[in-house]
Amino acid sequence: MHVLRHFDKDIEEIKAHLLRMGAMVEDSIQQSIRALLEGDLAMAEQVIANDDRIDQMEIQIDQHVIELIAKMQPAAGDLRFVATVMKITPELERIADLAQDVCERVIEMSSEPAIKPMTYLPRLAEDAQKMVRDALDAFVRGDAGLARAVIRNDDVVDQLTEESFRALLTYMLENPRNISPAIRLTFIGKYFERMADGATNICEMVVYLVEGRMIKHSAES
Amino acid sequence: MKRKIVSRLAEIFCAVCVLLALVPLVLILFYVIKEGISSLNLAFFTHMPRPVGETGGGMANAIVGTLILIGLAALFAVPVGCIAGVHLAEYPTTRFSSAVRFAADVLNGVPSIVIGLFAYGLLVLPVKRFNAVAGGFALGLLMLPIVVRTTEELLRLVPAGMREGALALGATRSRAVFSVILPAALPGILTGILVALARVAGETAPLLFTALNNQYFSTNIAQPIASLTVQVFTYANSPYDDWHRQAWAGAFLLVMMILTLSIVARLAVRRLERMNRA
Amino acid sequence: MKIHVQDFDFYYGDTKVLHGINLDVPERQVTALIGPSGCGKSTFLRSINRMNDVIPEARGAGLIEVDGKDIYAPGTDVVALRRRVGMVFQKSNPFPKSIFDNVAYGLRIGGVRDKRALAATVERSLQRAALWNEVKDRLREPAMALSGGQQQRLCIARALAVDPEILLMDEPASALDPIATTKIEELIWELKANYTIVIVTHNMQQAARVSDRTAFFMLGRLVEYAETNTIFMNPKEKMTEDYVTGRFG
Repeated sequence: MHVLRHFDKDIEEIKAHLLRMGAMVEDSIQQSIRALLEGDLAMAEQVIANDDRIDQMEIQIDQHVIELIAKMQPAAGDLRFVATVMKITPELERIADLAQDVCERVIEMSSEPAIKPMTYLPRLAEDAQKMVRDALDAFVRGDAGLARAVIRNDDVVDQLTEESFRALLTYMLENPRNISPAIRLTFIGKYFERMADGATNICEMVVYLVEGRMIKHSAES
Repeated sequence: MKRKIVSRLAEIFCAVCVLLALVPLVLILFYVIKEGISSLNLAFFTHMPRPVGETGGGMANAIVGTLILIGLAALFAVPVGCIAGVHLAEYPTTRFSSAVRFAADVLNGVPSIVIGLFAYGLLVLPVKRFNAVAGGFALGLLMLPIVVRTTEELLRLVPAGMREGALALGATRSRAVFSVILPAALPGILTGILVALARVAGETAPLLFTALNNQYFSTNIAQPIASLTVQVFTYANSPYDDWHRQAWAGAFLLVMMILTLSIVARLAVRRLERMNRA
Repeated sequence: MKIHVQDFDFYYGDTKVLHGINLDVPERQVTALIGPSGCGKSTFLRSINRMNDVIPEARGAGLIEVDGKDIYAPGTDVVALRRRVGMVFQKSNPFPKSIFDNVAYGLRIGGVRDKRALAATVERSLQRAALWNEVKDRLREPAMALSGGQQQRLCIARALAVDPEILLMDEPASALDPIATTKIEELIWELKANYTIVIVTHNMQQAARVSDRTAFFMLGRLVEYAETNTIFMNPKEKMTEDYVTGRFG
C-alpha cells in the first residue's frame, strides 16, 4: 500500500467510478439488445435518455485522473493505471453511443415492416456484449489472459458481422420493400461490431497495465 | 503570573551581576585615567627618563621597548604555535596530540615568574648579560599555549565541507590545510594572537630577570631593554612624586595600548572576515 | 564504458555497507543513483573518486575501473584521479575566497600560473556552469556573498575548471529552492554533452527528469539498474516498483 494512504483511496475511487460507468454501459447494451429483439420502444427511449449521464461520467473520471497526476506524480504501475483509465473512458463512452445508435435505428424501424427473425445479428450482439463485460472484468481483476482472449474473439465478431451482412443482402435482393429495414439492420450490425472493437481496445490497455507491454497495432492485436 | 514575577526577578538579578562584574573594570579605568592623564604630555612620549631626582622626562624608550618585546614574543610564539595547532587539528586523537595538548595546558598555568626564571637560565646566564631576546622569549612562552589552543579550536570550527571540496579538486592533505582551511580560520586565529599579545604586553615579572630595564634608548635586542611594565614597577616603587605621576601615566598608557590592540584586532578581523561572510 | 564496477564491496571497519555492486556507467550520459536513506548510494558515489579514503577504517574491495584502469590498484595517483573525476557536494562549499579564486583554485594547485590562462579558464568554466552573466562584473568579490543556488553553480564551475571527464554529484540540489533546483537540473542536462555524470538524488522525480539510466540501491545492494524510462514506467523488480510508486514504509 502506498505510504500516502489517500493515494490508495484516490485510486480505488477512480476504479470504482470507472466500474460504475462500465456497469451503466453494460446496461445500455443489454437494453439495446432487448429493444432490438423485442421491439421494446420504451426501452430504446430510455437508453437514449441515459446517454447523457454516461457522457458526464467520462468527463468526471478524466478530471479525477488528471488531478491525481498533478498531485501525486504517479510512477510505474500507478502511471500505467492512470494512462489506461484515460484510454478506457472514451472507449466506454463510444460504446454507449453505439448502443444509443442501435436504439435510434430500432425506433426508426418500428414503422417499417419487420424482417424475418434474424439469425446472425442476435449472436453478434450478444458476443459483443460479452466482450465488453469480459473487458471490464479483465480490467478489474488485472487478468491479461482474459484480455487476450477477448482480443482474439474480435475475429469471430468480424466474421459474424460479415455473415449478417450477407444474410441481409439476400433479404434486400429478395424484396425492395426490405431494403430500408435491412439497411438499418446492417447499421446495427456494424454498431455491435464496433462495440466489440471498443472492447478490444480496452483489453489492449489492460495488457499494457498488467504487463507493461503495448500491444496496440501489433501482431498480437 | 507567578512565572512572570520569577522571570522578572531573574532578569534583574542578572543585570545586577553584570554591573557587579563591570565595577572593578570601571574603577580601574577611572582611577588610572584620573591619575595618569594629567601627567601625559608630549614630553612623556618623546623624552628619556631623567636621572634620579630630576623632574621631567618621559618613557619613550619604554614604549619602544615594549613594542619590540611583544614583536619578539610574536616571532617566537606565532609560527610554532600555529603549526602546533595545525597538527593538533589534523591528528586530534593520537597520543602525541593528547600529550601536546596537556603540555600546553600546563604551560598555560605556569606562573609567569617561573617562566621568566627559565628564560633567565636559558638565555641570560650563558651570555652573562640581560637581553631583550630573553625577554621576548619569555613572553613568547606565555603566549604559546593561547596561540596553540586558539589555532586548534578555530581550525576545528572550519566546516568539513571545505576540506572535502579542496580534496575533491585534487589537493593533497597539506595543501588543503594551508591553502583553504587555515585561511578560513585566519580571522579567528589572528584575534587570538592579538589578544595574547595584549595580555603579554602587560607582563612584568618575566621581564625582571630577562630584559631587565634600560635607562637609555636602545633597540639592540642583545642588550637589556626598557619596557613600560618594568618602568612602571620601578617608578611606583620609588620615593619620588614625579616618578609616581609618571608611573600612573605609564599605567594609563599600558591600558590604552591594550585597548588599542584589541580594537585593531577587531578591525583587522572584520576586514579578513569579509571573505568569510558576505 | 566510462566506469566499470565489478563485485565491489565496501566496509566501514567491520561493517559491510556495499555488497557486490556491479555497474557500468556509459560515457556522456547521466546516471542517477536512487534509494532510501542509508542504502549506500552516497558511499558508492564517493568510492568512485576515492573520497572515502579520508574516513579512517573505510576500505573498498573489488573492482572499480575508470577508463579501463583499476582505481584501487596500489600505487594509484589519487590526486590525479580526483582531477579526472570531479565532485559536487550536497551542501555547497565555496572557499572563503573571491569568486575568481574559487574557480581558479584547482588550476592553481595544478601549477597553472599564467594569468591569462587562468582568466580564460575561469570564464569558460563559469559559462559552462551558467553563472558567468551573473558574476562577470564581480569576480573579485567574496564567493560567500552569492545565493545558495549561485554558490552551488560556482562549485560546479570550480569542479569543471580542472577539466574532469566525469562529474560526481551528491544530491546537488537538495539544499536549494525549486527554481534554483530547476536551474541545476537544466545545467546537468546541458553538461552531459561533454561530461559523464553520476548523480545521487533522493528526489525520484528529479532522477526521472534528469537521468538516462537509473540505479536503485537498497541496503547496500544494487537492486535494479536500467534505462530511466524502464525504472519509472515498468520496472522489473517488485522492490523497485514499490519504491518508485511510494509503497515503502
